[in-house]
Amino acid sequence: MLGYVVRRVLATIPVMAVVAVVVFLLLRLTSGDPAAIIAGDNATSQDVEAIRTQLGLDRPIVQQFGIWIGNVLRGDFGESFFFKKTVAELIKERLEPTLALSVCTIVLAVLVAIPLGVLAAWKRGTWIDRVVMGFSVLGFSVPVFVTGYVLIYFFAIQLSWLPVQGYQHLQEGFGGFIERLILPSVTLAVIYVALIARITRTSVLEVINADYVRTARAKGLPELPVLLRHVLRNAAVPIVTVIGLGVALLIGGVVVTESVYAIPGLGRLTVDAVLARDYPTVQAVILLFSVVYVLINLLVDLTYTVLDPRIRY
Amino acid sequence: MNLRGRIALTCALLSLATVTGIAPVPALAETTLKVVMHSDLKIVDPIWTTAYIVRNHGYMVYDTLFAMDAKGEIRPQMVDKYEVSRDNLTYTMTLRDGLVWHDGKPVTAEDCVASIKRWAAKDSMGQKMMGFVKELQVVNSRTFKITLNEPTGLVLGALGKPSSNVPFMMPKRVADTDPNTQISDFTGSGPFIFRKEDWKPGDKAVYVKFAQYKPRPEPPSGLAGGKVVKVDRIEWKWIPDAQTAINALLAGEVDYLESPPHDLYPVLKQDANVKLVNGNPLGNQFTFRFNTLHKPFDNPKVRQAVFYAFSQEGFLKAVIGDPTWYKTCRSFYPCGSPLVTTKGMEGLLESNFEKARALLKEAGYDGTPIVLMQSTDLGVLTNLAPVAKDLMEKAGFKVDMQSMDWQTLVARRAKKEPPAAGGWHAFLTSWVSADILNPVMMGFMNSSCDKAMFGWPCDKEIESLRDQFARETNLAKQKAIAEAVQVRETLYPTHIPLGQWYGALAARKNIDGMIEAPVTVFWNVEKKGR
Repeated sequence: MLGYVVRRVLATIPVMAVVAVVVFLLLRLTSGDPAAIIAGDNATSQDVEAIRTQLGLDRPIVQQFGIWIGNVLRGDFGESFFFKKTVAELIKERLEPTLALSVCTIVLAVLVAIPLGVLAAWKRGTWIDRVVMGFSVLGFSVPVFVTGYVLIYFFAIQLSWLPVQGYQHLQEGFGGFIERLILPSVTLAVIYVALIARITRTSVLEVINADYVRTARAKGLPELPVLLRHVLRNAAVPIVTVIGLGVALLIGGVVVTESVYAIPGLGRLTVDAVLARDYPTVQAVILLFSVVYVLINLLVDLTYTVLDPRIRY
Repeated sequence: MNLRGRIALTCALLSLATVTGIAPVPALAETTLKVVMHSDLKIVDPIWTTAYIVRNHGYMVYDTLFAMDAKGEIRPQMVDKYEVSRDNLTYTMTLRDGLVWHDGKPVTAEDCVASIKRWAAKDSMGQKMMGFVKELQVVNSRTFKITLNEPTGLVLGALGKPSSNVPFMMPKRVADTDPNTQISDFTGSGPFIFRKEDWKPGDKAVYVKFAQYKPRPEPPSGLAGGKVVKVDRIEWKWIPDAQTAINALLAGEVDYLESPPHDLYPVLKQDANVKLVNGNPLGNQFTFRFNTLHKPFDNPKVRQAVFYAFSQEGFLKAVIGDPTWYKTCRSFYPCGSPLVTTKGMEGLLESNFEKARALLKEAGYDGTPIVLMQSTDLGVLTNLAPVAKDLMEKAGFKVDMQSMDWQTLVARRAKKEPPAAGGWHAFLTSWVSADILNPVMMGFMNSSCDKAMFGWPCDKEIESLRDQFARETNLAKQKAIAEAVQVRETLYPTHIPLGQWYGALAARKNIDGMIEAPVTVFWNVEKKGR
């Protein structure tokens, strides 16, 4: 097991190397010039050229890559072209909102989706099943920003129960922190509730009529312990897989949700940096996201061994 | 309930309030104005970049020697009095008494001279002015002298220039920074102090009232006059999504939107707690820019054909829609500004396709497709290019409209390569009117070939007229020269003006005192109630 973990961690090194090269080249090959953007609309060609030289963008690409990768290996991700801050500082500032939004979304999605999925499977073919699956299709189909605007309209504008936008750091008060996270988390959770509920239903249906479940019922166990201990436990592997995938996919959803709710998180930082061609920031954020992807996959794989003792690495 | 019970209840309520973040409002809470500006503040050096958001930041933190008032006239601002010698070769300027930097040190003539030098190294009008300057000399702590080689009417206009780059005054230790390096000390002497520690790019920028700021005694007028601050703190909150910004205003979470999109004005008008104000009566001008380096636009006759094919109404309708917020203006200089004129514009901008086709035939246009760059991510520009394409095709052009985001367009327009090799023929943009008030300020009129802005027009006559304008000190004669430049522009078009448009700022009803000026400024703005 330990050997497996070490091997998986070591395997991330070539993955990160490939990501680093691809991101670096992709940004350089994409049209757009950070120097021209920084200089502003009224700048002359000479102004743009001066800024390009100052940023080191006039150097050959190989040299630029060498400097960047050397600094990254020393733990220095460089300074943002725009923000007059180091990229590490920027990421540190933006990490909390994204982390808070992601955790709230996943917790909410899991707490709602798994019971719904189990319920739909347990009541298969009834109106309950049809309602849950109908909601599931709707959850998949409606874009995140539409859900966001609808929720804002009702709960923030019409009812004034919750704020329209913004983020409050946890240390500034738990009330404001959670109040500002409710709408974004619900918005983002809708799609994951749909995804996890469907997979839960399918997985539960595969085991709900298994011999050991029938035996448990025959022994006189009440329905709830049967569902939780015997059915859900044995249906858990695909559910955990999809939750893991969901966490990874969350990064894409966070970008839109953070924009709609004006949350200054990593998603918005990524969009702003891409639009402004802020190479050091984009490179660092993509590397960070890649590490998160790899670690989540590792965590999901390790969870399998806990849920299913037959799985060994 | 007995006393112990009451105390216990009070303690419990206070604890609950603390935990949930509901704290009692202090009796003398400061007034905070929450504003959504047109862009996020990422850079904070208004000399290093020409970006408008940084210029607006500059007006918060820094002060200027001169400023343009509501009538377009240049008035002293930090300067108390100034004298011009009889030969128009020496300007002696004395600063107002009591001006101090945010760190409490007095503003000196030495600071101002250093600031002028740094600004002039970056700004095109500053460079033009410095071409006439023989010496900048400190006379005493409050007085400095500008000595010229030959007379020019540019000195006051340049020092009172309202838009990017604005000659903001900075302490000498800051102004001595290389003009191509960003400053890291944000000490100014303007009406607000920038709170660096609260600045979170991508989220908000915070300014607090500078208690020691000494406003001029005159009432505010444009960017000139007394800058009296009536709120304690201003937060520039960055909300990238326009709909969310509007929702935040409707819900009372923010007080003021600098530039809501035109298509959402009806939503704002429906709310009784919100008002729309045209804060910039001079507005903005849509412009079509040629690349004169490559065929067929290297031929002025082909460019003239475009001039004949276009009409302003179509562009304005397609983008702005509501005539309340636009007007046709057949002048290169903005309508409402001192130099506005229709001279030379007869017959132009009337969609005269027959004339356009005749000109194309005369010029021998061979059907080369025109690479027209369309910006798709800035709402106020997106619809311009399709209108241009339609009108040009009606005149006989072949048009290859290429869509891209604004930042890609900005990078591509700097390329001199032929259009088929990644270059371009034309694009459309918008200018703040305050940036194009005269032939020297108007960047697109610069026709100095390689030294000109992207598009690189090359015309000795226009350059000679711009030089004459810079040398002239008499206003009437300046106007005559500006007219001559416009007439020449109709024969050698560097760009085409496509009409004037206005943007409203949206504010809660309890916000008052907004100043009509080409730049959004926050002195005189007050917030009644909370």
